[in-house]
Amino acid sequence: MDLDHTAEEDAFRAEAREWLAAHVPDAPLPSLETAEGFAAHREWEAELYAGRWSAVSWPERFGGRGADIFRWLAFEEEYWAAGAPGRVSQNGISLLAPTLFDHGSEEQRARILPEMARGAVVWAQAWSEPEAGSDLASLRSRAVRTDGGWLLTGQKTWSSRAAFADRAFGIFRTDPVAPRPHQGLTYLMFDLRAPGVTVRPIGRLDGRPAFAELFLDEVFVPDEDVIGEPGQGWRIAMSTTGDERGLTLRSPGRFLAAADRLVRLWRERGEDRGARDRVADAVIGARAYQLFTYAGASRFAAGGEMGAESSLNKLFWSEYDIELHETALELLGAEAELTDLAGGWGEGYIFALAGPIYAGTNEIQRDIVAERLLGLPKGRR
Amino acid sequence: MRFLPTAEQRDFTRSLDALLTASDTPSVVRSWSAGDPGPGRALWARLAEAGVFALAAPEAQDGMGRLPVELALAYRELGRHAVPGPLVETAAVTALLSHLADAGDPAPAKRLLPGVLTGESVVTLGVPGGGGYVLDAEGADVVLVVKAGATGPELRLAPGHGPVHPSLDPARRLARPDPGGELLAAGPLLAEAVGCAVRWARLAAAAQAVGVAEELLRRTVAYVKQRTQFGVPIGSFQAVKHRLADTLLAVEFARPLVYGAALTLAPADLAAAKAAAGEAAYASSRAALQLHGAIGYTEELDLSLWLRKARPLRDAWGTPAECRAEILAAHP
Repeated sequence: MDLDHTAEEDAFRAEAREWLAAHVPDAPLPSLETAEGFAAHREWEAELYAGRWSAVSWPERFGGRGADIFRWLAFEEEYWAAGAPGRVSQNGISLLAPTLFDHGSEEQRARILPEMARGAVVWAQAWSEPEAGSDLASLRSRAVRTDGGWLLTGQKTWSSRAAFADRAFGIFRTDPVAPRPHQGLTYLMFDLRAPGVTVRPIGRLDGRPAFAELFLDEVFVPDEDVIGEPGQGWRIAMSTTGDERGLTLRSPGRFLAAADRLVRLWRERGEDRGARDRVADAVIGARAYQLFTYAGASRFAAGGEMGAESSLNKLFWSEYDIELHETALELLGAEAELTDLAGGWGEGYIFALAGPIYAGTNEIQRDIVAERLLGLPKGRR
Repeated sequence: MRFLPTAEQRDFTRSLDALLTASDTPSVVRSWSAGDPGPGRALWARLAEAGVFALAAPEAQDGMGRLPVELALAYRELGRHAVPGPLVETAAVTALLSHLADAGDPAPAKRLLPGVLTGESVVTLGVPGGGGYVLDAEGADVVLVVKAGATGPELRLAPGHGPVHPSLDPARRLARPDPGGELLAAGPLLAEAVGCAVRWARLAAAAQAVGVAEELLRRTVAYVKQRTQFGVPIGSFQAVKHRLADTLLAVEFARPLVYGAALTLAPADLAAAKAAAGEAAYASSRAALQLHGAIGYTEELDLSLWLRKARPLRDAWGTPAECRAEILAAHP
């Protein structure tokens, strides 16, 4: 057992640190959930891409650096420690790209990945429907065969980033008479500006349009935008949601940096005794998450898979993130409600509140942990 | 990086597990709690033979060469099997004596360490801040006490001890050492050695706590699968499942902290491991008690041997609050 780094890993980390120090904007960008902020974050993605830092784990031919998981983790630690902006391409890079690597064609990868990595095409996810949330397999939006492709009709909702994004991916019912709900589904990509698409932005808790409802009326999707075989959408999507909950959605670097900021805030605020234990728990939690991830990455590097353990990961970071932000608000006291003055803690808090809901609610994750990791019997949800 | 036990480390763990499974540890604990250390001493000798007490000592002292990861793995097994006795204190004494020897004061190690490593001599240790009590003085051959003297800390061989006090965990037999006794070491060198002892003690206690947490969870999962109410196993109810999922979450995120602390031996990492593992063990004990219901509240059920251990272990050798304060003080 060891926590050693190779000389190459250290050099990679140093190169990332140097580049970030020279390029990270001095002032925070405007909120990602505004038109202005979205555009600024796109430009940042283009800058990252120009330095070949936007998707370090991808092969070089798509603009990456072929970094293994340990290098990716090192990059993420440096990225967040440098105070770099949030990633507008997150949905594409952490959800769609792994799906394309595992299930897409080389033509799709070559066409889609570089555009994604430079922020030219920003992707939204389109999973949930008004009647299909936790019970995702009951989804009803359908894709009907037509000449050279499919026609999408139905409604998707809680589509993150869709208010300003360019394209979306999701699963659709292509065989309405399949014997079981999770059969007969197909994984498709579509253009949010195609004829037949209506995007209705939804204000999240603070009113900002962080997600949207999508109304689809015979939207044409060419065959080249089907991922994997028609009918295999559920299996493919589940491998993606495993990634979302697993190693790639929330890297430890993000929380290590947040815990450091929290300690600084606690010190600035006179080392309040009442909040001390919670501040320390933020430090402990970030280290625990880092080491848990190193262990997972070690298993992954040795040929293992994340599987149901990704549910533990998701439970941990989503609850950790809320506690961390609540502690910051506690330290800020009555000023905490002023989101423009609170140094990003207020908006971070609003963002964190969604964590236990998206990417599979924490109730569903606890069921998965109990049934698949502890072997408890299935019961009624 | 390969932050996973090696094949050798897994073999070591498995052989200890087999040794302890064959030793009927629940009855050893019950004897120990009743004031009969015989079976516990016999088990102690077998653990020494397996090398468990030589993991904090360098080869120069006839140890196995300071192996903190192996120590963490071993103590996790000791926790899983509820082994009684001054386990953490033994690791602390070994670290203390060998640190003194390395730093130029070999006499106490030369005199006391060989018996500790072979298991012939059971030692215990009290340090300042521990409430003035030492664990299992009654069943030990050597009782060491560190106290503040006129010119710094002093290490003394306690001449005896007072009556055993009742504890939340009857297997933890606490007594106040008698004052005075032979002076073994003193001064700044000792202060450093005590710091080293506390670090190893925290690692040992944290690893033991993880083992306690795991065993409580394992027993509770097995129970809720077979206990039927309303015509179904109670483990099929979401309220039960979610509590156990949260318990597993606490354990799975405490364990890497313990192994990480074993690798760095950094005070902040050790404090984090101790706080998180102690809290995980206690959370696991609360879940185990609640989900077993009334039967879990009985001392007759072996579950009690782990249930009662969780809380004292959480607070011995650094309460979570003390550990948290140290983490923030050390944070850059």
